[in-house]
Amino acid sequence: MIEEKGVWNRLRTRLLFTGPTLFAFITVMIIPFLYGIYLTFTNWDGISTTLSLVGVQNYLAVFRDIEFWKSFSLTLKYVFYTVVLINVIAFMLAYVLTKGLKGQSIFRAGFFLPNLVGGIVLGFIWQFIFNNVLVYLGQHASIQSLSTTWLADPDKAFWALVIVTVWQNAGYMMVIYIAGLTGVPNDIMEAASIDGANSWTRLRKMVLPLMVPSFIVCIFLSLQRGFMVYDVNLALTKGGPFSSTQMVSMHVYEKAFLSRDYGVGQAEAFVLFLMVALITLLQVYFSKKLEVEA
Amino acid sequence: MTRKRIASSVIKFIVLTVILILFIVPFVFLLINSFKENMAITSNPLSLPESFSTVNYMNAFDKMNYIAAFTNSLVITVLSVLFISLFAAMTAHYFVRNNTKFNQYTFMLMVASMIIPFQAIMIPLVKIYGSLDLLNSKWSLIYMYIGFGSSLAVFIYHGFVKSIPKELEEAALIDGCTRFQTFFRIVFPVLMPTTATISILNVLWIWNDFLLPSLILVDPEQRTLPLSTYNFYGTYTVDYGPLMASLVLTIFPIIIIYLFAQKYIIQGVMQGSIK
Repeated sequence: MIEEKGVWNRLRTRLLFTGPTLFAFITVMIIPFLYGIYLTFTNWDGISTTLSLVGVQNYLAVFRDIEFWKSFSLTLKYVFYTVVLINVIAFMLAYVLTKGLKGQSIFRAGFFLPNLVGGIVLGFIWQFIFNNVLVYLGQHASIQSLSTTWLADPDKAFWALVIVTVWQNAGYMMVIYIAGLTGVPNDIMEAASIDGANSWTRLRKMVLPLMVPSFIVCIFLSLQRGFMVYDVNLALTKGGPFSSTQMVSMHVYEKAFLSRDYGVGQAEAFVLFLMVALITLLQVYFSKKLEVEA
Repeated sequence: MTRKRIASSVIKFIVLTVILILFIVPFVFLLINSFKENMAITSNPLSLPESFSTVNYMNAFDKMNYIAAFTNSLVITVLSVLFISLFAAMTAHYFVRNNTKFNQYTFMLMVASMIIPFQAIMIPLVKIYGSLDLLNSKWSLIYMYIGFGSSLAVFIYHGFVKSIPKELEEAALIDGCTRFQTFFRIVFPVLMPTTATISILNVLWIWNDFLLPSLILVDPEQRTLPLSTYNFYGTYTVDYGPLMASLVLTIFPIIIIYLFAQKYIIQGVMQGSIK
């Protein structure tokens, strides 16, 4: 690239082109992130202007905080079920909807719809569905399991949260899988079917290996979204009944902003970050090994 | 088409239609109940409304302060998306064309930061900006969206700038354009499709975001639509009619845009995912 003459002009260009982005990025992401690590070693209560260092006490408090580990293990369970269900359903829908069926684009648009709406609104809609519509159905059609609201029972409320999450995200992942499937070259598929591979063999031996990059992206996204779930959790169950469906994000939020235990809250957020980073990096690292060239 | 193939595509069609109905039906329940009185809703949430009375809507519209919330959401979303795209495109372009070690590391830092979840930053963010007295303002929020949204935008632009031939820009520079003019006359127009993709992804995120604005915007008159909806729900927990209407009002703008631009939105998500 042709450079300007003089150090000053070069610096001016650099600042003009990268200044705004980098300044915002550093002051919003990097400094708070580093300051957050510092906060985990202090006993800030959210009000006082002085902080005192307390060493690793907050981290010890994290390990002693039974509620945190309860919400963390619940989140793990939730992430497991949502990631599997979202990706299986999304892939199947995408697979059927790339076959040139009539009305294909209407189906795609319909399945994508829940994604456009914010988690808060979705949570409230489903709260009404579970508390009113399904209960009414249960009572009038004598379906025992629906006749009392799912949201009042810890176990069923957990599954309600899983159902809403899958419904919210399946369409989004479906679109990414559709993008991947349309990239699978037609000529090798035709060659395979001439060679006598039936559709099941073609799917298993050719489509799935070629789709590994799409699986990496979708599983990465659904893992991230699952661990960080907050809006839907808040609007659907508020973590209830009796904090039985409180996911880890909500726990951290309450620890910091409601119990005013900022040091411990930040330490928990940081522990959460390390675990999620570890899980997603492992996921990407191991699935990269499965990639094949078309 | 053999008979077997016709049968199988009919079965596929029926199964898909059933799934589609399951996907859409929550919105249908929302809509029919938004026109009903509270009594009618609680006694039978499946019945159709007797009339399309707009009482609930008027009620929700006023109490939510809909116009103000909508305006706040619109200003925040439009400005954030605009600035993210503009600044990120310039930065990505600079990184590609000045491929020094320093710029490479800066770019890598931005990409690596994408794995940091918002929850790990929210507490120090509130502390820092609170002590600077910068909370409770739209402008702070827009600034934060630029900070949080830049990484992904720079990353996507970076991939596309690489595919633009250098010769165009070099010719412009030799003809006496400054770097700035070259960028705006030649590079930015070429990047338009990418800008559309990034803007769609960011609109979906910022318009619906709840946690960040709920921490930053404290005053009722500053509220965005999701905040206003949440607050309205907290105050009217038992009066279902206006609640349903408020949810419909919140969804309405998105659905309208989706009807007109669904092709582009779905395309945007597709292109944004292929990295």
